[in-house]
Amino acid sequence: MTEPLIFEKSRSGRRAFAQAPAAAMDTAIPGEFLRTDVPLMPEVSEMQVVRHYTRLSQQNFSIDTQFYPLGSCTMKYNPRACNAAALLPGFAGRHPLGPVSHGQGFLACMYDLQEMLKAVTGMMGVSLTPMAGAQGEFAGVAMIRAYHIARDDHERTEIIVPDAAHGTNPATAVMCGCTVRELPTGADGDIDVAALREAVGPKTAGIMLTNPSTLGVFERHIMEVAEIVHDAGGLLYYDGANLNAILGKVRPGDMGFDVIHMNLHKTFSTPHGGGGPGSGAIGVGERLLPFMPVPIVGKTGDGDSTYYDWLTTKDLPQSIGQLSGFMGNAGVLLRAYVYMRMVGKDGMRRIAEFATLNANYIQARLRQGGFELAYPDRRASHEFIVTLKKEAKTLDLTAMDVAKVLLDYGYHAPTTYFPLLVPECLLIEPTETETQDMLDRFCDAMIAIVEAARSGESRHKEAPFSLPVRRLDDVKAARNLDLAYKVVAE
Amino acid sequence: MQELPGDLIYTSEHEWLRQEEDGTVTIGITDHAQEALGDLVYVELPEVGQEVVSGGDMAVVESVKAASDVYSPVSGEVTGVNEALADSPESINSDPYGDGWIVRIRPSEEAAGTMTPNDYQEFVDGLDD
Ligand SMILES: Cc1ncc(COP(=O)(O)O)c(C=O)c1O
Repeated sequence: MTEPLIFEKSRSGRRAFAQAPAAAMDTAIPGEFLRTDVPLMPEVSEMQVVRHYTRLSQQNFSIDTQFYPLGSCTMKYNPRACNAAALLPGFAGRHPLGPVSHGQGFLACMYDLQEMLKAVTGMMGVSLTPMAGAQGEFAGVAMIRAYHIARDDHERTEIIVPDAAHGTNPATAVMCGCTVRELPTGADGDIDVAALREAVGPKTAGIMLTNPSTLGVFERHIMEVAEIVHDAGGLLYYDGANLNAILGKVRPGDMGFDVIHMNLHKTFSTPHGGGGPGSGAIGVGERLLPFMPVPIVGKTGDGDSTYYDWLTTKDLPQSIGQLSGFMGNAGVLLRAYVYMRMVGKDGMRRIAEFATLNANYIQARLRQGGFELAYPDRRASHEFIVTLKKEAKTLDLTAMDVAKVLLDYGYHAPTTYFPLLVPECLLIEPTETETQDMLDRFCDAMIAIVEAARSGESRHKEAPFSLPVRRLDDVKAARNLDLAYKVVAE
Repeated sequence: MQELPGDLIYTSEHEWLRQEEDGTVTIGITDHAQEALGDLVYVELPEVGQEVVSGGDMAVVESVKAASDVYSPVSGEVTGVNEALADSPESINSDPYGDGWIVRIRPSEEAAGTMTPNDYQEFVDGLDD
């Protein structure tokens, strides 16, 4: 079932003639720079190419083909219209080094995107340059550091991070030269406010919070937390990976956050995962405005005399600097712009409502079906956690086993074993774009998997059966890492 | 869970300590800890001669699921490390109290807050609901 590399299908002299370039091409490149030998390309026919890539695409799990409840990643449907608009020739053909006057349309979109993101998050400034959530975090904590240093407050080097946080949070703090202070989570999923009071002090640079948290619950003490941290002289960082849950409902700026990153490649129409281009745009409150990464799109004039231009370190001398070659990933930003214009303010609210409703629907059905919820007394946000602690012990059915059997059912697995503090957990995020039928079928599959194990079946230990590769030995892979591809005869 | 060896003392961070005759202590992680971590794939050891402080980082154990710091239960000087773990981190899974030992330390003070096997057993049982 595995598909060989296209190079393995190569036969000397085979050509895709219809696709071959004309033999003698006119070119302005001087002869001495032109190659004389044939490049090392696979020698295959056009049909072989079509079949090869079609097969590869069929072996892939994707939101276009499968339900994809990968918690914390917001794998929702991203409308084709966003992509079509972002690929208009005026956008796609724009050269980033071209004159600003030639790219006024693009800059106008980016300016409006900055404004819309400010409005929906309640922040005062937005910079679109970071190219991933993690880079947005880096920008955010670098700004917090720059703020304290600009005030000659050099002792503030501690970043408080709850133990439920995504790994990028503590990693970011360390990358920015800070030390991490871990904060415990209470049994109800909220952070331990008493422990926070103990933790803050003259060394506190700030706190990094995700709200709703990675536990799939809304942090109810957020206003109190903001007060405690601000009173101690620290700033609040909002990890916006879960923004989908609160769009149009509540704004990080109103919760007291000083800086946030948004994963535009989750909430705003670019799929997360797969390592593709992303956008970790950041938003800031008043205190951090001077420190934003550049470039930012500025606007002068009105009506016919409106002119957009890049703001650079000349305009923001205290900026933490430039984080990407130009201004982030233009295509991802354009898709976000089109998406926001398409759904509008009302649509954003409905996104949050349906994302939350869908998660709570699955949560309720799985609870009825006998699953143990990690936070049974809490309403789910856009995602929630089940723990298979009991099933792992009594049925030898682990979270990993369930994840693998789900693949055989045709569903991508939920996030497994994250957050680390819940044993044998599955973090399930259905997103707003799924139908009730789909949610029901997923719940039926989940329940059937446990029932099969309960009736004595042990097939779950060997799943998946239906995919091109079977259960991978991840322990062996980690212990004896071997990345060289070995050609096997077809 | 494997029977707890009676000649060891234990910590709430799921480490065990054995008092050696030469005055050093041998330290490893408990069966409960290795089970929670899952199959180990990598162990980062301190240098021999390095000073460690009680409660500070001493080693890192990494499984396919997670990487965890191992905190030193005593202050003192590292006098030996289990080099064999570089090639076979799985010894910690298969023999946590024997071949899976991690470091040997010459303590500069008594280890504080340790537990007897019975107390540790109760502590672990209490964690499992
Ligand atoms: C809660 C949380 N924070 C931060 C990130 C980092 O985002 P990125 O993967 O774009 O770097 C993620 C990624 O999934 C996340 O789930």
